[in-house]
This record gives sequence, C-alpha cells and structure tokens, in this order.
Amino acid sequence: MEILLAITTGILYAAGIYMILRRSMVKLILGLILLGNGVNLLIFLLGRITKGKPPIIPEETKVFEDLFADPVPQALILTAIVISFGLQSFAIILVKRAYKVLKTDDLDQLNTTDEDS
Amino acid sequence: MLIAVLLGFIFAISILVIGKFVKGKQSWLSTLIPLSLLAYFLSFIPQISKGEIIQQTYSWIPSFNVELSFQLDGLSLLFSLMITGIGTLVFAYTSAYLKGHEFLDRFYAYLSMFMGAMLGLVLSDNLISMFVFWELTSISSFYLIGFNNSSLASRKSALTALGITGMGGLLFLGGAVLLGELAGTFQISEMIGLADEITSSSSYVLIAVLFFGAAFSKSAQFPFHFWLPGAMKAPTPVSTYLHSATMVKAGIFLLLRFTPILGNTELWHSTLIIVGGVTMLYAAIHIIFRTDLKGILAYSTISALGILVFLIGLGTQEALIACLVFIIVHALYKASLFLITGIIDHETGTRDITQLAGLKKVLMPVAIAGFLAALISGGVPPTFGFIGKDLIYEAGLNWGSYTWILVGGALLTKILLYYAGFVAGVKPFVGQLPTKFENVHLPEKRLWIPPLVLVSLGVVLGFVPHLAETALIAPGIEVLMTSTETFHLKLWHGFNTALILSVITIAVGTLLYFVLIPSHKKERFIERFEVISPKNIVLKITEGFTVFSTLWTNFFQNGFLRHYVATIIGFLSLVLGYIIFTNFDLSLDYSSFSDLTVYEVAIVLMMITAILFTVFSRSRLAAVASMGIVGFAFCLLFLFYSAPDLAMTQFSVDTLTVILFVLVLYRLPKYLKMSKNVLRIEHGVLSIIFGALMTILVLKVLQEPVNAEITDYYAQNAYLLAKGKNVVNVILVDFRGIDTLIETCVLIVAALGVFGLLKLRLKTRDKK
Repeated sequence: MEILLAITTGILYAAGIYMILRRSMVKLILGLILLGNGVNLLIFLLGRITKGKPPIIPEETKVFEDLFADPVPQALILTAIVISFGLQSFAIILVKRAYKVLKTDDLDQLNTTDEDS
Repeated sequence: MLIAVLLGFIFAISILVIGKFVKGKQSWLSTLIPLSLLAYFLSFIPQISKGEIIQQTYSWIPSFNVELSFQLDGLSLLFSLMITGIGTLVFAYTSAYLKGHEFLDRFYAYLSMFMGAMLGLVLSDNLISMFVFWELTSISSFYLIGFNNSSLASRKSALTALGITGMGGLLFLGGAVLLGELAGTFQISEMIGLADEITSSSSYVLIAVLFFGAAFSKSAQFPFHFWLPGAMKAPTPVSTYLHSATMVKAGIFLLLRFTPILGNTELWHSTLIIVGGVTMLYAAIHIIFRTDLKGILAYSTISALGILVFLIGLGTQEALIACLVFIIVHALYKASLFLITGIIDHETGTRDITQLAGLKKVLMPVAIAGFLAALISGGVPPTFGFIGKDLIYEAGLNWGSYTWILVGGALLTKILLYYAGFVAGVKPFVGQLPTKFENVHLPEKRLWIPPLVLVSLGVVLGFVPHLAETALIAPGIEVLMTSTETFHLKLWHGFNTALILSVITIAVGTLLYFVLIPSHKKERFIERFEVISPKNIVLKITEGFTVFSTLWTNFFQNGFLRHYVATIIGFLSLVLGYIIFTNFDLSLDYSSFSDLTVYEVAIVLMMITAILFTVFSRSRLAAVASMGIVGFAFCLLFLFYSAPDLAMTQFSVDTLTVILFVLVLYRLPKYLKMSKNVLRIEHGVLSIIFGALMTILVLKVLQEPVNAEITDYYAQNAYLLAKGKNVVNVILVDFRGIDTLIETCVLIVAALGVFGLLKLRLKTRDKK
C-alpha cells in the first residue's frame, strides 16, 4: 500500500508543479493546493501508516498500552491544512481582485511593478 | 584613554543637537576638542620617554576575545600627537576656511569621527578592535571626500577611495583572523613573544600578503595609489588631515606595528623595498607633469609614503629611525603646504601653478610659511627635514647589498620631492604679480597661523633634535626593535657620503626648479598613458563586473514567475537526483509494507483520476470540482489510517475552499490555454521527473528506521502532564500551544487581508 501512496505523492507533486508553471493565475492556485496536498501526504507517510489505531488514549488507561498511530505528523499536517486554507482563500480573493483591476490573469503580463506597462 | 578615543565620536553625535551652534560664529570653539586631547597626550611624554608602556583594557565582546584594549607606547604616542596636533590646527583652519558653509556642522562631525577612529586605530592593542577603527577611518574618509556631494567627480572619487580602502580592510580582517588563530590571541602585545613561531608557520606567507594588501591600499602604494589623487576632491582641510598627515599613514602604522611580529623575513624585506621603491619613483616622476597644486602635493605624498614603506622594508635600526623622523617631517611640511594651497585657492580661486605668481606681495606671512615648508621638504639644513633626509641616505648606504640601486632611487625621489616642495611652496609667491590677483588680501589669522606653527616647529626641531629624539623617536624604536643601540639625532654628521648626496639633492633640485616649468602641455602628454595606468585597468574591471552582474541578474531575475519556479525545481531535481542515483539502491523490503485492500486502492485510483482531471480539464468548474474530490479522497485516507482529526479538518477546509472558489468563479476569466505546446511538454517533463524523484525519496525514507523519541514523549505525557487523551489535540493546544496561537494570528491576518481586498475601492484606477 505504501508504494501506491508514494506514487500518489509523486503524482501530486508533479501535478502541482505543472500547474504552478502555467500562465493562468487560477491554475496557479490549483497548483498550490495540489502541491500542498502532496506535502501533507509526504509528511503523513513519514510517520508510517497505521490502520484503525488513532492516537487517542483509551478511556480506562493513562498511557498507551497498544500500538498507536504517530500523533506528531498528524499535528503537523493539521496545522498545515489550516494554514494552507488561509493562504488559498487569500490567494483566491487576490486573483479575483487583480483580475478586476488589471483585466488579465496572465502571469507573464504581471512581471513589472510599473503601472503603465 | 577610552574617553579620549570616544570623545571624537561623542562630539560627532552631539552635532545633531548642537549643530546650529557649531555652524555659527563660535565654530572655532570646536578646536578645543583636539586641543584638549593634544594636551592629554602631551602629558604622557615624561612617562613614555622613560620607556614605560601604558595599557588599559575594557571588556567588549569577551566571548570572541574582542576587547577594547589600548596601549600607549612610543609609536602610538607619536601618531597620537600627530593626529591631535594637526587635528587642532585643521579644526581651527576649517572654522575660517569653510566659514558660513551650509554643512559646516556635518563637516565637523565627520572630521571628529575620523579623529576618534584614527586615535582608536593607533592606540588599539587588540587586532579586531583595530580593524573596526581601521574601517571607521575609511568610512569617514568616504564622507569627507564626497563632502561636496553635488559634484559628480567628488562622489566618484569618494566611491573609488572607499572601494580601494574597503578592499584593503577586508584583507586586513582576513589577515587579522588568521594571525589571531595562529597566535591564539588577538592581543598584539602578546604576539611579539610568539614572533618566531609565527614567521616559521605555514600560513605566514598568506598572513603577510593580506597585511601587505591592507597597508598598501590604505597608504596608496603602487598599484593601489590612484585613489589618493582623486581624494583631493575633498576640501583642503581634509586633504591636509586625512590624505597627507594621518589616515594614509595608517598603512605605515600597521607595517610598523607588525614589524616586530612579522618583520624578520626575506619576504617582508624584499616586498616592502620593491613596492615602496616603485611607488616613490613612480609618483615622483608623475609630479613633473602636474599643474594643479593639489595634484603635485598628492603625488609627492604618494612618493613620500613610498619612501616610508621602503624604509620599513630595509628594517635596520637606522632605517626605522629614518622612518619615524621622516613621518614627523613629512607631516609637518606636507600639512603646511596643503594648508597654504588651501589659502591660495581660497583667496585667488585657482590652484593652477601656471597662473600663480608673485603672491608674496599680498600674502606675506603665507609666503614665509611656504618658503620654510619648501626648505623642510627639500631637507635644507638647518631644518628638521635635513636630519630626515640624511638618515634616509645613511639607511640606504649601510644596508649592504644593492646599495647603489637603493640609494640611487632614493636620491632621484628626493630630488623630485625637493622640486615639488619648491613648486608648491615658493613658486606661487615669487615673480611678477598678475593684475588679476592685485585685489587679493591677507585672510584672517585662523587660516595662516596654522601653517606657520607647523613650519616653525619643523625649523626649531632642526636645532634641537634631541627633543624629538628623547620624547618620540627613542621610545618608538624601543617598540619596533627587540634590541636597540643608543643613537643621537644631530644636524652635523661630518663629511661623509650622505652629506655629498644631500648636496647633490639640493643642487640638482634647485636646478630642476629653474629648468622644469610646469605646463599644461606636459600634463596632456602624461594623459596619453592614462590607458595603461592601474586606475584605468581597475575601472575597466569594475565596469566589466557591472556588465556581468547585469547579464547574470537579467538571466535569473527575468520577471517570469514560471521561470523562477522552473529554475528552483530544476536545480532541486539535479541535487536530489544526484544524491539518489549516486547511492542507488532500490531494494525494497516489501514485508514492512501493509497489504493492499480493495477500498484503499479504489480511493487512491479515484484520487489519481481526479488529479489528472484537474490538470487537463478545459473547464474551470470541472477543475475546481475535481480538486474537491482530491480533498475528499484525502479525508477518507486519513480516516482509514487512524487520523480522525485530520479527516474532519480536511473535510471542512476542502468544502470551504471549493465553495469560495465557486463563489468567485464567475468573476474570473476564461480558462485559456496560454502556453505554447513546446513549453507545456518541457514543463510536463520537468514536473514528472521531480514527481518521480519525490516518489523514490519517499520509498527510500520508508526504509529508514523510525525515531520515535518525540512521539513517545508526547504519548506518555499527554495524559500524565496535560490531562488530555487525544494526543494530537494535546500537542496542538498544550505542548505547542504558543505555535497554535501564532497560527491563529496568521489566519486572522489572512482573514483581514481577504476582507480588505473585498472592500477595497481602488478609486483612481477603477475609474479608468
């Protein structure tokens, strides 16, 4: 199963970077989201996958007695998901705004800070 | 002593507050600062002449062995007196020279900053603090050269000077660090005992070369000399103070200071003799072709610095005595010649030697000063200059090998310097006074007293040389040599070769003065050789460097986002690929992997399909929707693999993102295919390579053993310390609670940004 997930990670990276390299700003955002997912999956895999053993200490004990999934990558990914949500929503609104003002979403036309070009 | 060094800086800062006062009629009061310092250092003479060495240490950065430690010995006292003495005269002179200047306060601030830095430099006993002061002198010199900041030439010269001396500063730092590492201490006084170990170590050559570079650039030695004539763009007080009497002698000081430590080798002697010799001759010959008074003085300064380096290179006791005496002599006559030039420039408005004549009628006291300065400069008895010149010849004669080459070079240089002194000090005052200068009148006392003071000191010391000997020269030599013989400075040495050489110098020099008339024709002649001068070569290199940087920057910073991303990813792929394929080992331990199950495979396939659909779809809505599917597939994966919290978060975030996207979607442009096909394929290949590398990387990492230390800590203590049973939650809100708080702040900022963008009305642009 890990091999399949590793390949998925690779596909997510490839797709994300390919989309970032496109000229449209909408595609850029989609690329960012895909790349973010790829990173999350990478971190998740590094903590190894464990089925059906959430890192929650059972009701009756004070410490784990059984196997459990690694909580550290989970905490990291949780943070990452939330932060990337912040980034994505900001980017979406920014693109919308930029398009309204500049009438283009071609990144190649946005490569100068001068107003009149 | 710390106060003495810091006084200059304190005054420079206080200009912010008292600037108006300093600019006004009371500007001469600022002279009190160098004057009080002069008195302070004079008071040490009795102690120092007894051979005492005064040390004071203040802790600065003890963890790096950097201390503000000061050492006052014969050598540093000599320089300190020069700095404060000439400083006093220059401060007084400036108050009249730049009277009513708009930025006089600023000028005084730079000047006193320089004085403080220079004092710090000569008093430092710690290499690192010496370096700091060394750099401060370069920086204040930069400000002073560029003082007329509305003139392009001034700014250019200031930059050139900063570039050259700054480069020297870097070399100094390199040498200082190496030397400090080698000696195990940054205290210069402690290194003297280790001299033999240092000179015999393998890094000695590198250290010596770095110090040479530092000293030669600061003291304008060939081929770094060209910044000094340019530095004459500064107001005359600056040329007097920094670029003839003190700052350019910092390199000389450095060489002298390290003579007992680094000096006893063949490399040291031959390099200094050759570089000093070339510099003194090269600059002396240049003097003939100049018509600007300051240009003449600049080249004669370079030549004099060359003589000093040459003498340090000889390194015998005689040569070092000659060096110390000549430092004093040169400071006395060159500073007064500069001040006199300043007066002429100030009163007549020109420094062109071909136009100036007969000024003694109107500027009598200045003419006297000029004549005396020329005598000292030419080494005519009974001035102090004669003693200096005599010692130089004797040092050359007694060195042993190549005597006649050395003495011949020195003789030629001294003859030309004699000529330079007379051209600058006598020529403007004799002859027929041109009618246009008839209205010239004697300026205020503050301008012409300082040069008179300097030259009378030069004459008086000629009669009583033992004053200088006991107070400065003897204690100075004490520091430079491990063992010294007794010596006496005197005017009359009897009939010997040195005396004959002196006579030749004076005779030929006087002859030259009458035969060689400075003219613009000669100046134009030398300009033809400008193409092959070191200045031009360095300028060409600098230009080439700029062109190269522009090309380089334009190549990498071309303003296309995809170009940047592609570069980064390409480079990353190269590095990653190199590492992966040099240790290529794809034997996977399949037993460590979990089994495939139908529902997992189904979800992963769904995810992959959705990803591909997102990438290749022509419709925006379809792309966004399939992106949502990717997110939900993630939810399920998280759920299977024991991460319920992640599943919930991913679910809500993904839903929100898709909704947000769809909400703004109808305002967004059509989803066009904009790139060319070649570029798409190129990018596709790059992405696939990078993705494949990531896959291999993940598989590799999965083969490594897990370090569960952190995990175990959290798992064991989640309930015991933090009273929570959901470990992920406990980590987020308890163990790493502050991080989560900051994360919340990030979200708030993002939310404010979104809100702002939605509400923003770009008035001017929207109307267009």
